[in-house]
Amino acid sequence: MAATTYTLPKLPYAYNALEPAISAQIMELHHSKHHQTYVTNLNNAAKSLATAQANNDIPTQIQLQPALRFHGGGHINHSLFWQNLAPPSSLDTKINAAPKLSEAIKATFGSEKAFKDKFNAALLGIQGSGWGWLVRFDNENGRIGIVTTKDQDPVVGAGEVPLFGVDMWEHAYYLQYLNGKAAYVENIWSVISWKTAEQRYLGKSADVFASLKASM
Amino acid sequence: MSATLLRTSAVRSALRSSPRASFGAATFVRGKATLPDLKYDYGALEPAISGKIMELHHSKHHQTYVTSYNNALEQVEAAQAKEDIATQISLKPLINFHGGGHINHTLFWENLAPKNQGGGEPPSGALSKAIDEQFGGLDSLKQKFNAALAGIQGSGWAWLVQDTQTGNIGIKTYANQDPVVGQFRPILGIDAWEHAYYLQYQNRKAEYFGAVWDVVNWKAAESRFK
Repeated sequence: MAATTYTLPKLPYAYNALEPAISAQIMELHHSKHHQTYVTNLNNAAKSLATAQANNDIPTQIQLQPALRFHGGGHINHSLFWQNLAPPSSLDTKINAAPKLSEAIKATFGSEKAFKDKFNAALLGIQGSGWGWLVRFDNENGRIGIVTTKDQDPVVGAGEVPLFGVDMWEHAYYLQYLNGKAAYVENIWSVISWKTAEQRYLGKSADVFASLKASM
Repeated sequence: MSATLLRTSAVRSALRSSPRASFGAATFVRGKATLPDLKYDYGALEPAISGKIMELHHSKHHQTYVTSYNNALEQVEAAQAKEDIATQISLKPLINFHGGGHINHTLFWENLAPKNQGGGEPPSGALSKAIDEQFGGLDSLKQKFNAALAGIQGSGWAWLVQDTQTGNIGIKTYANQDPVVGQFRPILGIDAWEHAYYLQYQNRKAEYFGAVWDVVNWKAAESRFK
């Protein structure tokens, strides 16, 4: 059985389009090197997994799970991240682009500002590499909540729909912000695509991951 | 983990306390952790590690761990005074992370050295013998150590450790700032957080792992080996 080959998705904007929030140098390295490495290693893991499956080799299949989770998670997370960012001049980055989601945010957190404060605190509280996500929980009446994940763990639990994510690995900001990650967290809001977040909020879980299948 | 543990751990010589701590049991004010001075200049480890990385890493990152550890410890002490067990437990991750960050970096600075202070000179004596016996030589150890470093998924450290039960040495990786405490004794640590190399090596972390051996202070490692 041949393993599916995943490919690096193209960005929907130029490397310098997110400046001044995220520098072109960061974007280029982050997309063309870091994300590419996750894709390459995911394909390697998937190939080994396919071989182990063909051989009914269960120990090897289980042994490969961490690599699949890490590199597959890296591919999923970055693919979702690129889509939930947009140039700061774009109307997509205004919260008006997410009428239903912003309603839910106000109902849940009290105000947009209270939500952002809590989201920022969650991002800054991550100990090590990881991500912060706004997530819809379909198994809990569709409530929304802030979730942090470690390393490249993806948001793929039953009923969990990632609406937007922020990468808190140091490679996501270090060349520009150095140890000043609070400034990165503050500036990231100017390039969050509320339009994408609204689409994911109104869509099904499978819709969120649809573009990943398209890159197969 | 408490200040007491820090004072009695293998790293006590490097973890200096403020003058107030010298009053010891005579006062309720415990010693605060402080940023240790480096025994070499920020630029002294070039070209393996750039001066800019060293300056940020020591004066900003390590300092933040020290500050945050002291803050967390203050909260622990306040919770202890109120016999608030729930809060004491909730603070444990902060003590582990920031206290671990302080321990790890302190050991790291010590187990690095510029070439003119012995950096890169191979180990000798009992540690060298243990490396030969258990890894088949220094090159083989470096190879396995670098593979361990490269395999860390996220932020973390790789350590040459000594098992306090058997005396054997081995390579272990630790997530985030988890410190080497308990059964294992830290002999030599390499920081695999991106802030340790990114300004110079970006995504080419294998190059950093290759170069860092030029500035490893094996004398410090030997002094930790028992």
